[in-house]
Amino acid sequence: MADLYTVQNLRLSLADMTAKPLFGAAPRIEILRDLSFSLPKGEVAGIVGGSGSGKSTLGRALVRLLEPSGGSIRFDGTDITHLDDAALRPLRRRFQMIFQDPMSSLNPRHTVGRLIGSPLALHGFEGIQGRVGRALDHVGLPRGFAARYPHELSGGQRQRVGIARAIAMEPEFILADEIVSGLDVSSQAQVLALLEGLVRELGLTLAFISHDLSVIRRLCRRVIVLHRGEIVEDRATAELFANPQAEYTRDLLAAIPLPDPDQVWA
Amino acid sequence: MVDLTDGRGRVRRRAGVRLWLSGLWLGLLVVVALLAPWIAPKDPLAQDLFLGRLPPFWVAGSEPGYWLGTDSLGRDVLSRIMHGARIALLVALIAGTVTGLLGATLGLLAGFLRGWVDVVISRMIDIWMAFPPVLFSILLIAVLGPGLTSIIIAIVVIDWTRFARVIRAEAMAQGAMDYVASSRVAGRGRLGTMVEEILPNVLPTIVVLLTLEMGIAVIVEAILSFVNLSISTDDPTWGGMIAEGRSAIHQSWWVLVFPLATLFLTVLSFSQLGEGLKDRFDPVLR
Repeated sequence: MADLYTVQNLRLSLADMTAKPLFGAAPRIEILRDLSFSLPKGEVAGIVGGSGSGKSTLGRALVRLLEPSGGSIRFDGTDITHLDDAALRPLRRRFQMIFQDPMSSLNPRHTVGRLIGSPLALHGFEGIQGRVGRALDHVGLPRGFAARYPHELSGGQRQRVGIARAIAMEPEFILADEIVSGLDVSSQAQVLALLEGLVRELGLTLAFISHDLSVIRRLCRRVIVLHRGEIVEDRATAELFANPQAEYTRDLLAAIPLPDPDQVWA
Repeated sequence: MVDLTDGRGRVRRRAGVRLWLSGLWLGLLVVVALLAPWIAPKDPLAQDLFLGRLPPFWVAGSEPGYWLGTDSLGRDVLSRIMHGARIALLVALIAGTVTGLLGATLGLLAGFLRGWVDVVISRMIDIWMAFPPVLFSILLIAVLGPGLTSIIIAIVVIDWTRFARVIRAEAMAQGAMDYVASSRVAGRGRLGTMVEEILPNVLPTIVVLLTLEMGIAVIVEAILSFVNLSISTDDPTWGGMIAEGRSAIHQSWWVLVFPLATLFLTVLSFSQLGEGLKDRFDPVLR
């Protein structure tokens, strides 16, 4: 299948304002160093790594919340590496993002209906009310929730609204950045099952960022392991779990809590 | 899976006592100000030296019809307070609103757009804050000439920083929230995001500051009247009455106390109105 994303020699550095001298430019910190990979259409890829590994930065570069300082990102054949906001606008509908903390990513002053509906209006969709209703159906929330504010929802329900907002745009690609790490275990399982079903049903390409390999194992067919801004491993999930190559991957695997620790301890 | 019976959608707050009390006082004041020429018991400018320094109605020696007594020139204190409310409220509404619009807009732009916009606006705020406000306003009035318009301009020119500083900080904090990133992902432009996403989140603060500013405008008008820089001396103002009452405090305390109490209640009501409105209409329960 054709590649939806092609990333070549991606570099990204940010200015370190804490070390900025009184005069002159702040020194730059390299967050991503020379990443290359591609995501075929329909792929569900996990991006794992510890904190500071650059996984969220990579995600934000893919949806062009950040501008890379080198290399290139092609989305469905279009080079989006250095496009400005105006040029990106028509493309934005096609790559959506679900955020880690729905309390922060859902504007507390807007109702659920407006949160899902106003991006649709921006992209000229018609029949917005019906689309909002169907998006809520998709994520298993009653349509009446359109009138609620985010603070009137539970954590799991809020994250469902985040998912509904992303899928309502009928995107081809969704970036999910640590979307279950703020949830309790039972909500985690529900949200993951929901996402899994939606990806299959809608034929989405998904990049799922997490620090938790057990979550990745359940959802993704392929894993990209990041360590200090570099890809240390990029393989099919089953292979990676059976036979991790990089030392860093082995450390990550060892950190997964076992379902039945007594087997090992005995 | 989803529990429709949970109560999160039904939590409501009741309107606070302070909203009612402050609203009642300000509502009364507005009615009095609008109807002053018809409901004031006496002509606020009519002098009668035979009726000078009459005490309020419950003190021995008072004259019927002069409820709150008269000043040394025999002018009715109650009628003067009622007419003074016209100027006080006019200044509060116009100066407060214009100050709020100007300051909040600049603060929002500085806090959300950052960069050189922020540098320019922040330096202006720093410079402004270095002026002593009372002297600055006296200087402005001296240049513009006395009158209602000059007072309003002086308040706007001096006090916009009060809004700009607070709203800038607030917009900055809101700008770091993920819903701003989410708005970009949705393809909304910078100004669109500012108006649609940030503004609703700083609006409660703007409302509170606005009502505070209205109270401050009343005080500033009174201060300028007190130093005789307000309207012409003929028009009754609360500040002017306080200035006159101060000189005769030992002979006729009521000339000072009643306008002062009115001023106090009005300023207090404005600030409480803001807090009350925020409690009542802010959808986010904190």
